[in-house]
Amino acid sequence: MADLTIPERIPINLVVNGERRALEVVPWTTLLDALRDRLELTGTKKGCDHGQCGACTVLIDGRRVNSCLTLAVMTDGAEITTIEGLARDGALHPLQQAFIDHDAFQCGYCTPGQICSAAGLLAEGRARDADEIRELMSGNLCRCGAYPNIVAAIEQAMSRS
Amino acid sequence: MNAYVGTSTSRVDGRAKVTGAAKYAGEFAADGLLHGFVVEATIARGRIARLDTSEALRVKGVVDVLTHAHRPPLADKDEAWKDEVAPEKGSPFRPLYDERIKFNGQPIALVVAEDWETAKFAATRVHVEYEQEGFATDLESERDKAEKVDQPHKPRGDAAGALTRAPVRHEADYVLPTEHHNPMELFATTAVWDGSGGLTVYDKTQGVQNVQKFLCSVFGKKPDEIRVISPYVGGAFGSGLRPQHQVVLATLAALALKRSVRVVLTRQQMYSLGYRPMTIERVALGAKPDGTLDAIAHEAIAVTSRYEDFSRNDTGWAEQLYKSPNSNFSHKLVDLDVSTPCDMRAPGAATGVCALECAMDELAVALKLDPVDLRLRCYSDRDQSEDLPYTSKQLRECYARGAEAFGWSRRNPAPRSMRDGKELVGWGMATGVWEALQMPVAVRIVLTANGHAEISCAASDIGTGTYTIVAQVAADALGLPIDNISVRLADSTLPQAPVEGGSWMAASSAHAVLRAAEEIREELARLAKAMPASPLADLDAANITLTDGMIASSDGRGAAVSIADVMRHSKLERIEREKLNQFAEDKSHARNTHSAVFAEVKIDEELGIIRVTRIVNAVAAGRILNTKTGRSQIMGGVVWGIGMALHEETVMDHRFGRIMNANIAEYHIPVNADVHDIDLIFVDEPDDRINRLGIKGLGEIGIVGVPAAIANAVYHATGKRIRRFPITLDKLLE
Amino acid sequence: MNNFQYSRASDVADAIRLLAADPGAKLIAGGTNLIDLMKENVERPSRLIDISRLPLRDIEETADGGLRVGALVPNSDLAYHPLIEQRYPLLASAILAGASAQLRNMASVGGNLMQRTRCAYFYDTATPCNKRSPGTGCSAIDGLNRNHAILGTSTSCIATNPSDMSVALAALGALVHIAGPSGQRTIALTDFHRLPEDKPHLDTNLGSGEIITAIELPPHGFARNYSYLKIRDRLSYAFALVSVAAALELEGNAIVEARLALGGVAHKPWRSLEAEAALRGQAATPDHFGRAADLLLQGATARSHNGFKIELARRAVVRALMQAASATPQSQAHKKIA
Repeated sequence: MADLTIPERIPINLVVNGERRALEVVPWTTLLDALRDRLELTGTKKGCDHGQCGACTVLIDGRRVNSCLTLAVMTDGAEITTIEGLARDGALHPLQQAFIDHDAFQCGYCTPGQICSAAGLLAEGRARDADEIRELMSGNLCRCGAYPNIVAAIEQAMSRS
Repeated sequence: MNAYVGTSTSRVDGRAKVTGAAKYAGEFAADGLLHGFVVEATIARGRIARLDTSEALRVKGVVDVLTHAHRPPLADKDEAWKDEVAPEKGSPFRPLYDERIKFNGQPIALVVAEDWETAKFAATRVHVEYEQEGFATDLESERDKAEKVDQPHKPRGDAAGALTRAPVRHEADYVLPTEHHNPMELFATTAVWDGSGGLTVYDKTQGVQNVQKFLCSVFGKKPDEIRVISPYVGGAFGSGLRPQHQVVLATLAALALKRSVRVVLTRQQMYSLGYRPMTIERVALGAKPDGTLDAIAHEAIAVTSRYEDFSRNDTGWAEQLYKSPNSNFSHKLVDLDVSTPCDMRAPGAATGVCALECAMDELAVALKLDPVDLRLRCYSDRDQSEDLPYTSKQLRECYARGAEAFGWSRRNPAPRSMRDGKELVGWGMATGVWEALQMPVAVRIVLTANGHAEISCAASDIGTGTYTIVAQVAADALGLPIDNISVRLADSTLPQAPVEGGSWMAASSAHAVLRAAEEIREELARLAKAMPASPLADLDAANITLTDGMIASSDGRGAAVSIADVMRHSKLERIEREKLNQFAEDKSHARNTHSAVFAEVKIDEELGIIRVTRIVNAVAAGRILNTKTGRSQIMGGVVWGIGMALHEETVMDHRFGRIMNANIAEYHIPVNADVHDIDLIFVDEPDDRINRLGIKGLGEIGIVGVPAAIANAVYHATGKRIRRFPITLDKLLE
Repeated sequence: MNNFQYSRASDVADAIRLLAADPGAKLIAGGTNLIDLMKENVERPSRLIDISRLPLRDIEETADGGLRVGALVPNSDLAYHPLIEQRYPLLASAILAGASAQLRNMASVGGNLMQRTRCAYFYDTATPCNKRSPGTGCSAIDGLNRNHAILGTSTSCIATNPSDMSVALAALGALVHIAGPSGQRTIALTDFHRLPEDKPHLDTNLGSGEIITAIELPPHGFARNYSYLKIRDRLSYAFALVSVAAALELEGNAIVEARLALGGVAHKPWRSLEAEAALRGQAATPDHFGRAADLLLQGATARSHNGFKIELARRAVVRALMQAASATPQSQAHKKIA
């Protein structure tokens, strides 16, 4: 007889974009699905669900990660920043403005992941030239092919930060 | 008044996209929303002998499992399943229709549960047994079964004879693999049940009205019972032209369960949707020693499914580009046990022109001519197929401007002659060509007394910039700041639009805006003239224009009244006009966009590593409505071209008839590190014949020519001619 | 994904206890490979034991001048750690050649050692695979095997190990510290992964119920003459077709010591003491490097689609050794190959 039981839900506490959020999750729920389906933060995108595209990139405790390969239950107590948490009081984050200025997207689907990834990149401080930006942003696929504009936008945000 | 058209205007939907506010099909909420997960066939051909859903149904949270044997009625006539872009010949695939398996990955059940994870888990507990049948999925081993399809390009002269007599000949097969669109957004539908039999369907599609009509005919619904909405589309590139499995399945489940249902395909499942079909392109060129052509023959052999004939124009592009008294084109299809191919960015041209342009490069080598020079020697000022002149064709200028920007004159023609340290340097070029199509589109404009206008149309913006160019054209036509324009798109209840594809939406939607705005202007002029002591009273309506929020005389003498004043005085809150724009049929001219692509590669020969260090793409595509979003479209096409040249290939194990890289880790698309300097040039191409604004469209032309330019650069660098794409390093090491 | 239970281990002993209590349980740290495989239904653990909060995140100097790296140190933290950058730049470079910045932020050192093959048949539950379902057969041997192994294969499996980090660790002679029900033990990295033989379902020699607690780097880091050269189908974010970790200790142009390991070609990082010995005492010249490459590749066997790897590996070895010898290691960001 096959085991068909659904594992029990486990309570977790997160700080998402500065706001405390308590929820109960089945262990198989990823952070990505918790954000999108439970917290209605659909700005974080699901592009592959396997850590191959970077569309789901968020910042956990300031570090960029793929939320699709992160179990929500393992992030209990963490601070999560998603694309919805980057703008402050209606003012766009410099990266968001730079992405608009440089037309660093077309369809917009990879964009939240690109911007969160770029925010992580800026915090890491490891990219010093365009080649290093390209390499360190290569975990974020853009099928519209906006890469050169994405690099230009990040360079703009870098020069102003 | 021309403040926005032709400028570099930032996307009007930019803020929504950079803040995460833009909602895509799988992101709309609904009360009591259920989640569907698709179970797919794991054989290529046969029938379902047994499909046991009992275990899945016992999983807590599972509401139902739909199968061919357990589902609401579906239309039984092929006509009902033919959407507006379905191939003419064939019987469209019907998800969960019967027990037949037509391709590996075919949806065979939909598990519907209270949440997505439960549905996905329960899907592993659906047990299937098959009766397998013999199958074939390999184009190359089935090549001799190819059958010719009708194509519009009739033979001219005697190509076969001319080829035998030609002093210089080149003939070769070029093999282009199957490719998948892989838009970043997963295919998704949220079907929202309204409680009384009607549905609002949020779908990832390039054509909401196409999907709406399709759903009505498949499910026997009245037009007002199904509304399809798709405000943002996370890329599609052709994959969203036809209604896809998930929209049928979500609608089916919503109707079966009388609840709202969302179905999101996995990345892997998207590989059972359409694709660019693998094509063997045989090109033969016969030339005189002076570089003029005597004969062009181009045959394409492509994959299609056993149930539909999908074909595009791979072979006829030489008619547009190169003068030749003799030509022969043929397109053949091989039926295989696979899903039906579909349009993918520049369908036909991306592959066919790739082969043609590689062949032209090989001919240039044989003739000892510069590749640009060869193309100029056989440059055609007419579309030879119908013997027509072009509305405009600045391709010569593309060659000149592109070559200059690239520094082509410094090219040493000898292969392997240019180096940068350890790397071989290759410079290659190719021509691009696409059609400038235009379709009937209707637009509604609602002008309100506060000087705001809302423009609405059922057209989609799949990242192409439709929101932005519609706002630009409207702002100019109505004389309003762009911030006063709001644009609503992609709702099937809005004025008529075809699917977003073929590069036709810019011209088509822009002219519809012009038509509706013209009516608004006429009405405002009438009202303004009727005002007491109107400074415009003695003017003919034709001499009244809209500018800076004013209704003004167009003769520059300054007579004007504000839109707000006129509407207030006329006691009007709003003026609403809806117009369908149809382009007059003009069979006297050919309409095309063109490009010249120059590529630099640097190759580590020992290791076979190719870096595309520079691309110049000079494009002639009429008037560019928005240089910012337009450049992005061409850039995207170039990046696709890099992928096509070097990376992209859907790999199938023909023993199983299964795609073995159905993901985006092993199906390689270019990443940021693969893309370097891309220089885009829009060649000035005034065209007052094609349409009022001289617009031609940009969605496809950017990719065409790029793969060939890179392949030709690889040859120039290494002396190796790789005719089987993509050019992976193992092929250089052979 | 299957239905699994979740437990959080309070310390290493607790993790070992939890593992012993449930034979279907698996440890999870970064999860970058395990969650991926669970979503494919390739891995179906009955329980996940979360070890991500265990205190295994230190990087400490050992008494003999080496470094001990906690098993939970994220890959990126290891690559960017000042002591690694200074003393073991080969390891830093190999780590940065792998995956993406996001995945490196998540993936742990121990997890990297445990990552499973990327063989497409292993991933596709609809096809036979001895590694996934022992006894069902190997689909790759007569199938699509362009990415597959050329060395150390068996008639039951030709999968490769996809790790970049492990290749550098193999070259550096790292040790793996393991804790288990019967205490602690230490094995060489080169003995940690195993060849497929007739048990391809076993990737490593880690016993059931055991946990990696640390890796240890010996004092000699080859910080001057090294290179990690990775060759793949696009310029970033792809698994290696072939990769080479090369390290030399030179006196003038004479080789005092050499280390050489290959990735992407076998079920484990491929190292040959014979090849390294052949370099010792020789001049650092392409000829000598070529001979070492031949020794390293001795016994390489081509299948229908991966024959190119043999010559590619040979050339890559020579090139990486040249880069090492001239102290111009391959940059992972600047793609031109010196």
